[in-house]
Amino acid sequence: MATTPEVLPPSTSVGIVGWLRANLFSTALNAAFTVVTGVLSVLMLVAIFRWVVFSADWSPVTESLKLFLVGQYPTEELWRVGAVVVGAAALMGVSWAVWGGVLRTFARIMAAGSLIVALSPLEPAGFDLAVRAWYLGGAASIVLGFALARAAALDPKWVMRAWVLGFFLGMALIWGFEETSLGESLRGFFGAGAALTVVLGVAGWVGRFPAGVVLRWLAWGWGALFLVTIVMFWGLGQTDIAPRVGTSRWGGLLLTFVLALVGIAASFPIGVLLALGRRSRLPVLKGFSITFIELVRGVPLVTLLFMTVIIVPLFLPRGTSFDLVLRALFAITLFSSAYMAENIRGGLAAVPLGQIEGAKALGLGGFQTMLFIVLPQALRAVIPAIVGQFISLFKDTTLVVIVGLLDVLGIGKALFLGNVRWFGAQAEVYLFIAAVFWVFTFAMAYASRKLEDTLGVGTR
Amino acid sequence: MLTYRGIPLWRDVRVLQAIGQLVSVVFVVSLLVFFVANLRSAADERGLSLGFDFLGQEAGFPIGESVIDYDPGDSFLHAFAVGIINTLKAAVLGVLLATVLGIVVGLARLSSNWLVRNLAGVYIQIIRNVPLLVQLFFWYFAVFQALPLVQQAIRLPGPVYLSNRGLFFVSPQATPSFDAWVAYLAAALAVAAALRFALRWREQRTGRPSHAVVGPWLAFAAIAAAGWLAADGSPVVRNVPVLGEFNFAGGGRITPEFGALLVGLVLYTGAFIAEIVRAGVQSVSRGQREAALAVGLSNAQTTRLVIFPQALRVIVPPLISQYLNLTKNSSLAVAIAYPELFTVGRTMINQAGRALPIFLLIMAAYLAMSLTWAAVGNLYNRRVQMVER
Repeated sequence: MATTPEVLPPSTSVGIVGWLRANLFSTALNAAFTVVTGVLSVLMLVAIFRWVVFSADWSPVTESLKLFLVGQYPTEELWRVGAVVVGAAALMGVSWAVWGGVLRTFARIMAAGSLIVALSPLEPAGFDLAVRAWYLGGAASIVLGFALARAAALDPKWVMRAWVLGFFLGMALIWGFEETSLGESLRGFFGAGAALTVVLGVAGWVGRFPAGVVLRWLAWGWGALFLVTIVMFWGLGQTDIAPRVGTSRWGGLLLTFVLALVGIAASFPIGVLLALGRRSRLPVLKGFSITFIELVRGVPLVTLLFMTVIIVPLFLPRGTSFDLVLRALFAITLFSSAYMAENIRGGLAAVPLGQIEGAKALGLGGFQTMLFIVLPQALRAVIPAIVGQFISLFKDTTLVVIVGLLDVLGIGKALFLGNVRWFGAQAEVYLFIAAVFWVFTFAMAYASRKLEDTLGVGTR
Repeated sequence: MLTYRGIPLWRDVRVLQAIGQLVSVVFVVSLLVFFVANLRSAADERGLSLGFDFLGQEAGFPIGESVIDYDPGDSFLHAFAVGIINTLKAAVLGVLLATVLGIVVGLARLSSNWLVRNLAGVYIQIIRNVPLLVQLFFWYFAVFQALPLVQQAIRLPGPVYLSNRGLFFVSPQATPSFDAWVAYLAAALAVAAALRFALRWREQRTGRPSHAVVGPWLAFAAIAAAGWLAADGSPVVRNVPVLGEFNFAGGGRITPEFGALLVGLVLYTGAFIAEIVRAGVQSVSRGQREAALAVGLSNAQTTRLVIFPQALRVIVPPLISQYLNLTKNSSLAVAIAYPELFTVGRTMINQAGRALPIFLLIMAAYLAMSLTWAAVGNLYNRRVQMVER
C-alpha cells in the first residue's frame, strides 16, 4: 500500500510570511491600512526619538530632581525619608521571599532600578555620593531582606503586621516629633486608650466575641498606644533626633505617595462600612449611607477639596485650624470612600445567600458572619474594581494642585512661576510628570491582574 | 424549675436595632447642630451673610468667554448662568467627540490588523494611566500656549489660523435671506419624513426594495437646494477671520483654554469609552456573528443589525457613567482658567465674599447634571429590560 507523501501547508500560510498575511495584509484594504499606519508610526517614532534625545531640554527636570522627589523637605533631614524608603525596600525583599508572584517581579525591578541609578554615569544636580549610597542601600536591603526571610521561613502573618507597623512608623518618622509636655502626652494616651476600649468593647459585645479575645486586643492596643504616645512622641520629642517637619514643606513624590497611601488606607474601611450601611435594614443608617454616597458621587472632587479647604473651617469653632495636607486628605478620603462603597456593594450582592444561611446554621453571629464569611468573598469578587479605584485615587491626588499643594504636578507647575529660563521647556516637564504617573499606575494595574490570577477570581 | 422568660432585653435584636438607630440619629443631628451653631456664630462675628440676596447685585468681574451676552455690569446670577452654559458647552461637545473617538478606537482595538489593533492599545494604555490634570496642563501650557504669536499664526487650509490666542476658523454667517431658507428647510424635513414613512410602508407591504434610506435624503437635498437658489442671494456666507492689529477679527474662535480642556477631556474619556466599546462587542457571543453570516447577511449588515444592538445593552450603562465623569471632570478647567461653572463660582466667592451660598449653588448645579445623566441611564435601562426575554 502506497502511502501518500506528507503534504506541507503552502509556505504562504505558515511561518513569518503566513503571520504577515493573516495579520497585516489579509485584504487589499488591510494592506493599505498597514502601509499607511506603519509609515506614519515609524515617522512619529523617529520624530519622538529625535526630540527626546537631541532637541528636548531636560534641564528643568534634572536640575530639580530633589524637588520632584521630596519637595522642600529640609536637606539635613532627608535621611529620614531615605531610612523609610530603605526600610520599605527591606520589607519588599521579605515579601518577595514570602509571597513571590507579582512581588517578586516588583522587588527585582526595584532592586535593579536602584542599582542602575546608584551606578549611573549621569550626574544631575545634587546627585552626590551620599545620594548614590542611599540608592545602593535600597538595592542591598531588598536582597538582604529576601535572603534573611528565605533563611528564616517567616510566617506571612508577621510580614503583614510588619507592613502595617512600618507604615505608621514611617509616617511618624517623616513627620517628626515636637516637644510636648508629659501632661499633654498622658492626656492623649488615656484619651485614645479610653476610645479604643469603648470601641473594642462595643464591637466585642455586639459581635459576641469571647471575652479572652477582646481582652487580648485591648492589651495589644494599649501597648501600642503606650509605645506610640509615651515612648515615641513624648520621648523623642525631648530629643532633637527627628524634629517636626511641617506638612507645608512636604512635596513632590513624597506628598503624592502620602496622599495616595493614607487616602487608600482610610477610604477602604470607610467604604466597607458605607457599603454595609447601605445594605442595612435600619432605615436611618441606610438613609444616611445612601445620602452620603450619592451626594459625594454627584459632585466633582474639586468641589470637595474646595469644601474642606474653605467651607469646613466656617463650620468649626474659631481658632481650630488644621493643616492643609490633612484637609486635602479628608476630601480625597470622602470622595474615594463613596466610590469604594459602591464597588464593595457590588461584591456583597455577589455572595450567595446560602453562604449566610450556612454561617448562621453553624452558629456564627451576624457580626462574625459578615467578618469571616461574607466580606472575604465579597472583596475577592471585586478586586479589579477596588484596585481600579485605588488607581483613580492615585491619579486624583494631582487635584491638590488646585488648592495650592506642591505634589509632583504642583512642583512641575511651580518651576515656571517667575522663572523665564525654563519657559520653553513646559512640554518636557509635563511629559516627565506624565511618565512618573504612568509607571506607578501601570504597575498597579499589572499587580491587580496578577492578583486576580493568583486568587482565581472567576475560575472557582 | 426552668421557665422561659423570653430573650433578655440586651440580647433582643429589635431593641438593639432601635438603640443603634437612635444613637446614629442623635449623633448626626448633634453634629449638624454643632456645625450650624458654629457657622452662625462665625457669621455674626465676621459679618458674613448667608442669604442669596446678593445674586441680584452687579458682578463686576469680566469673564473670558461666554456663549450668551455678558458684561461685568450684569448680575451675579447672570455670571453664574454664563458658567453653567460654558460647562454645558464643554460637556456636550466633549461627550459627542469622545463617543466618536471611543467607538473608532474601540473598533480599531478589535481589528484583524495587528498594527491597527496594537496602536489603539498603546493609545489606551498611555492615556488611561496618566492623570487628566497632567494632560490638561500639557495641552494648555505646552501645546496651546506654545503656539506662535498671532502675527506668525500657522495658516492651515480653510483658512484655519493657529496661534497662542487660539484657533480661528471660517464660520457660517446668516444673511437677511436666511429666514426664507429656513422655511424651505422645514418643508424639506417634513417631505423627507413623509417619504421615508411611505417608502418603509411600501417596502414592508410589497417586499420590493424601495430605497427607504436614499429616497428621503435625495428629496431633502433637492428641496434645500431649490430653496438656496430661490433665495435672494445666498442665505449663508463664509465669515473669514482677518488678522487685525492685535488679534483676528471675524470667523469662529476656539480659545486656548477651551481648546485645551476639550482636547484633554475628549482624549481621556475616549480611551475609557474605547475599552467599554471593545468589552461590549466582545460580550456578544461568536455564534451570533456566525449565524448572521450563515443566513446571508453581509459583514456590514451583521455588525449593524446583529452585533451592535446586542452590544449596546452592555455598552450603554458604563458609557453613561463616563459621560457623567466627563461632565464632572470639566471642573478641572479651573486649573487652566476656562470660565466654567466652578471657575466662575470661585471668582464669585472672591468677589462677593459669600462662600457658603455660592458653594451650595455650585454643588446643586453639579448634582443636577449628575442626576440628569443618572435619569438618562435609568430610562435606557428600563427600555432595554422590556426588550429582554
